[in-house]
Amino acid sequence: MSKIIASAAIRGAKVIYKEAEGFLNKTIKEKGEACEVKFPETAFYFPFAYALLGEEVKNLSDAKKVLDFSKTLLHEEPSDKIWLPYLGDTLDSGVAALLCEEIIMALRYLYNQEPQKDCNGFFSDTILRTLGIQLVDGRMPGFAAILGAAPDNKTAVYIVRELQKRSIMTFVGSNVNGRSIIDQLLEEKVEMGWDTYIVPYGRDTISGIYPLNWAIRGALTFGGHKKGEALKNLMYCKNRVFAFGMVLGELDDIKYATGAGAINMGFPIIADTNVPEIRPSGICTYEHVIRELDHKKIVPAAIELRGIKLKISEIPIPVSYSPAFEGERVRREQMFVQFGGKYSDAFEYVKMVDAEKIEDGKIEVIGPEIDDIKEGGATPLGVVVEVSGRKMQKDFEPILERQIHSFLNEAMGIFHMGQRDMCWIRVSKDAKNKGLKLKHFGVILHARIHDVFSAIADKVQVTIYTKQEDVKRISEDIQKVYKERDARVAGMTDESVDLFWTCTLCQSFAPNHVCIVKPERIGLCGAYNWLDAKASYELNPTGPNQPVKKGECLDPVKGEWAGVNEIVKQKSNHTLERFCGYSIIDSPETSCGCFECVVAILPELNGFMIVNREYTGITPAGMTFSTLAGTIGGGQQTPGFMGIGRLYIVSKKFISAEGGIKRIVWMTKELKESLTDKLKDRCKELGDPDFINKIADETIATTTEELLPYLEKIGHPALTMEAVM
Amino acid sequence: MAKYLDRSADKASQQMIKQAEKDSVQLAWDRLEAMQPQCGFGELGICCKNCKMGPCRIDPFGEGAQVGVCGANVDTIVARNLLQHIAVGAAAHSDHGRDVAHTLSLVGNGHAHDYGISDSIKLKEIAKIYEIKTEGKKDLELAREVAEKALSEFGQQHGELKFASRAPEKRAELWRKLGIMPRGIDREIVESLHRVHMGVDNDYKNIIMHGLRCSLGDGWGGSMIATDLQDIMLGSPKPIRSKVNLGVLKEDHVNVVVHGHEPTLSEMAVKASSDPELLELAKKQGAKGINLVGMCCTANEILMRHGVHTAGNFLQQELAILTGSVEVMMVDVQCIMPALTNLASCFHTEVITTSPKLKFPGVRHIEFKEERAYEVAKSIIRRAVENYKKRDKNRVNIPKEIMDLVAGFTAEQVKTILGGRFRSTYRPLNDAIISGRIRGIAGVVGCNNPKIKHDWAHIEMVKELIKNDVIVLQTGCSAIACAKAGLMTPEAAMEYAGPGLREVCETVGLPPVLHVGSCVDNARILIAAAEVVKEGGLGEDISDLPAAGAAPEWMSQKAISIGTYFMASGVFTVFGGDPPVLGSKNVTDYLCNELEGIVGAKFAFEEDPIKAARMMIEHIDKKRAALKLTPSMRAKV
Repeated sequence: MSKIIASAAIRGAKVIYKEAEGFLNKTIKEKGEACEVKFPETAFYFPFAYALLGEEVKNLSDAKKVLDFSKTLLHEEPSDKIWLPYLGDTLDSGVAALLCEEIIMALRYLYNQEPQKDCNGFFSDTILRTLGIQLVDGRMPGFAAILGAAPDNKTAVYIVRELQKRSIMTFVGSNVNGRSIIDQLLEEKVEMGWDTYIVPYGRDTISGIYPLNWAIRGALTFGGHKKGEALKNLMYCKNRVFAFGMVLGELDDIKYATGAGAINMGFPIIADTNVPEIRPSGICTYEHVIRELDHKKIVPAAIELRGIKLKISEIPIPVSYSPAFEGERVRREQMFVQFGGKYSDAFEYVKMVDAEKIEDGKIEVIGPEIDDIKEGGATPLGVVVEVSGRKMQKDFEPILERQIHSFLNEAMGIFHMGQRDMCWIRVSKDAKNKGLKLKHFGVILHARIHDVFSAIADKVQVTIYTKQEDVKRISEDIQKVYKERDARVAGMTDESVDLFWTCTLCQSFAPNHVCIVKPERIGLCGAYNWLDAKASYELNPTGPNQPVKKGECLDPVKGEWAGVNEIVKQKSNHTLERFCGYSIIDSPETSCGCFECVVAILPELNGFMIVNREYTGITPAGMTFSTLAGTIGGGQQTPGFMGIGRLYIVSKKFISAEGGIKRIVWMTKELKESLTDKLKDRCKELGDPDFINKIADETIATTTEELLPYLEKIGHPALTMEAVM
Repeated sequence: MAKYLDRSADKASQQMIKQAEKDSVQLAWDRLEAMQPQCGFGELGICCKNCKMGPCRIDPFGEGAQVGVCGANVDTIVARNLLQHIAVGAAAHSDHGRDVAHTLSLVGNGHAHDYGISDSIKLKEIAKIYEIKTEGKKDLELAREVAEKALSEFGQQHGELKFASRAPEKRAELWRKLGIMPRGIDREIVESLHRVHMGVDNDYKNIIMHGLRCSLGDGWGGSMIATDLQDIMLGSPKPIRSKVNLGVLKEDHVNVVVHGHEPTLSEMAVKASSDPELLELAKKQGAKGINLVGMCCTANEILMRHGVHTAGNFLQQELAILTGSVEVMMVDVQCIMPALTNLASCFHTEVITTSPKLKFPGVRHIEFKEERAYEVAKSIIRRAVENYKKRDKNRVNIPKEIMDLVAGFTAEQVKTILGGRFRSTYRPLNDAIISGRIRGIAGVVGCNNPKIKHDWAHIEMVKELIKNDVIVLQTGCSAIACAKAGLMTPEAAMEYAGPGLREVCETVGLPPVLHVGSCVDNARILIAAAEVVKEGGLGEDISDLPAAGAAPEWMSQKAISIGTYFMASGVFTVFGGDPPVLGSKNVTDYLCNELEGIVGAKFAFEEDPIKAARMMIEHIDKKRAALKLTPSMRAKV
């Protein structure tokens, strides 16, 4: 149990303190207090003393101060009976160990005892700048500090190769009864150095301070935290530096004390011996100390323990897979087959289920596969992803579902647009020829959901339907689900919240586009409402949905807030200055390419028309949906034109700056019908229950010339409203 | 079963009760028996003697009078009586807080030299909450300003209590919306007394809502001031070992029992008990030393700060004297049984009163003066030493029972306990709750009451809770009860806690049941709850937390005030034994149902401690479900 670890760490810290004290006193005696002491090539003095205490240690008398402070962190070992709480004491001892180890190593430099033979010694600031940035921005998934020695050379090599395979930087050192993993690797002629990601630091545990005081400098350098901001620096390491300690062979008190120091930084420990475990989390993100006796499993276990996110280098599909392909289009002439859009019925649906109901990795295609489809055709498609997980919530369904967009897009030769039952997918001839099948959609989704949503998804099963009757049946069933999702946000108002959310999910297509998702303005794709964005942020705090503090309201009518403008500027890469959330004329919100509908100005009618994606005919604007879409998409502000989600039409904030819904002179029949009930309610609220019938559709007119007499005849309010331009 | 076995679950107490039977000494249990049958109208809360047109009482069977002479119906009468109880309880706690603030003011002004500033970090933190600038100020100067600000909150007429801003924002906003944010500590108490006057407030809901406001002025006002200013002056507790039960009295030492609630004097008595001059004197009297021990909440105060041994809880005050080994029982205020003096007169024990607010006819009174605190304390201890020679050794009968415990947990200390100095945090606690290792948090507090087998309900309830992975925070006599049963040892985690809670206890080195202090220290539980909310992941308000409170053996008006401010702060609270409200169906329904929709929490009344614990667990599970957490880590296996 933990008490054994606590006792060992508390004892170990005292031993390390004693050694530092003895060494420092001896050095002061020999060289005097004013004698300079430093690590090579660093501007951070003694990095831990600097980061945690704000001390700039330049000479032995400065070092003495740090030593004296570390003494205040030493505690009594927990008693046999009626012990007092020891977790805090253990953590304190860990910090004492780090501070004292740093003193010892610096003194060794003073006596030219460092670096040890075949070892790197102190990691310089140069290394920090070149490799550290990769560590904290995620390109390097994490680092492992191995202490001790494997039971045999073969195992030592196996473990470091496993880490190497995953691009995890591996620091090796320390020893068990004089035998160090460094020598095991040397004997096996494993090439070591920064280039191979295997770096030997030293053959004793005290030198294990090098990888640790390298990491803490990351917090100072990349985190921008100041000297002495102990908590911030430690939390930076916990949140951004995905490191762990791996102890091979028996542990001693020194290793436990150093481990306790690492735990302060959020770095957990995994051991291959029968150590007591500390599973409750809190100081580290997950477990603090675990054991894994099987060397075949120790690397995956460590990765899970630290929550390291590995980039999936290889998804077993016959085409390349990378974010680089996300923005790739499959043009008609390159296309082998397409699904959805206006060409066939298609939907995608993520559903939370109980764990026992599904089998992880099971992928089933019900109906014809790609090989059975004629080239150039369109086929119905239903993608049902069932997910179970301890932390999975119903609210996360739409978030995962919306990610299908980028997950499928990142495969070379697959093009994906839209969402829900409005998705549109194309597969290229090239991809088909390489052997891409529909089942690979499942392979991709399974792998990516595990990868991105590992925190919530334990099991993922994918079923792909390609028979029209199945697609139609399920698609009808899930209308209910879509409604429920949309209804959750009804009743909230923009005024009732302090936060809006960004959505930059589509920046792969429209790099400067940003959606501002508000309670009364759903994302233009129609799939993300305010609550979805909030849930998405909870899931992935660094993801595409970030909170926007509204800040000062600059114009309540146009819906302009200082906070929103600030974020828009930042997220649009400084191409946009301001957003008016309720206006289509003055700085309207931009459109990516995923919008469900287009609102377009009809100046001669003093009003607006709305066309939805499914409508293929000509509109009174003189353009089809796709022409309009091509004109306004891509993240630019086009006054008078705007892509929106269907539900925004029935929001009280729908272009309210220009007079709202009463400005609508034309919308497609299908759109009108799909919103009938809600439109009626809105009309009632406006005191004009008959207004819905005043909106023309394609059965009445498709040109402004035809439309004008009609509007005059029925007395459409837009005609008498203030001039829109 | 023999009577003495039925009266207490505590072996030491059983032995003393048996002894009393043998000696024909009357104890609280005997007086309760003699009082039977107790007044049914009083039990139901349906009598009113607020004016001379009365006393009036409502016929609970619906046959006789249904309204008082003035026309007050049963709802009005019951609600008014309840409000009066709350006001009295809030007044007791708050007057304690006032005295502490007064002492701190004397310290700041250099008039109480025996005290100083023991926790200047906390002084600064509290100063910040009071919006007092701290830069460049010396401790004493700051103490003076903090004390003045605290004192001003008692008489404040408008605005809000500053400490109420320590509640989660959502909770404070709710109080404002409902109009129950306390404006001043005394004001709400005085207004309560006004409202219960003949012919004032007649709407039971309106009366009860003011009760909530008055109680909040206690929990987030008077009590909190008492706790925090005591910490500043006397030191903030840290985990500490001690021993508890009557066995801490020593046959060969001068025994001094300090009993009551306010620690200012007892703090000096602790010091005086190791005064070399007095020790020398004790030796001369043939004693091996001076053994100062605590009783009730005074015990909790000096236990938390100094590890001074605790002799017992409320129902053991008479039993301590019965051991024949107590030279002096020094009392301050609250929960001092008037029966003590008669009993003491049968022994050599001298009861000494010290507060101008509490005197007995014919009992020695040595008045406590902050300005010469040590001198007063020393004179009292001296009397004890001098009294030693009067002890009749043949009548000494000290039970052997003695139990170890670890006490000294505070809302602030939890952070260091969980994260050390550099990572001090509530995160591990929140994580443990989220992961389901810890199912929830329970506050089990309150008194003893001879109507319920002494200590039994506390122990049974707490055992049931920890068995189900609910971590328990305790104060007051309830804490002492469970400490005596060994539940406050870290080893108890292995024996009594469910697997999840045990794992957390083992990781941290904690007992499964945490002693957080005296009954004013219930404020520590409020702060801890606010900290848990602030740490994140468990909702935005105290009422979102998987948490519940209980007072299984309550008897005093203070307990009603505590229960009410817990409820008004969003904590579902179970009373063991009904408060006197059952006479009104409407009032009962308002308290036990409707208020949940208004303040997010309600009362429940349940005498069976196991059933009550199950209700708390059920509530905790309900809150977990609302937070989308599994019932507990092991529930789904």
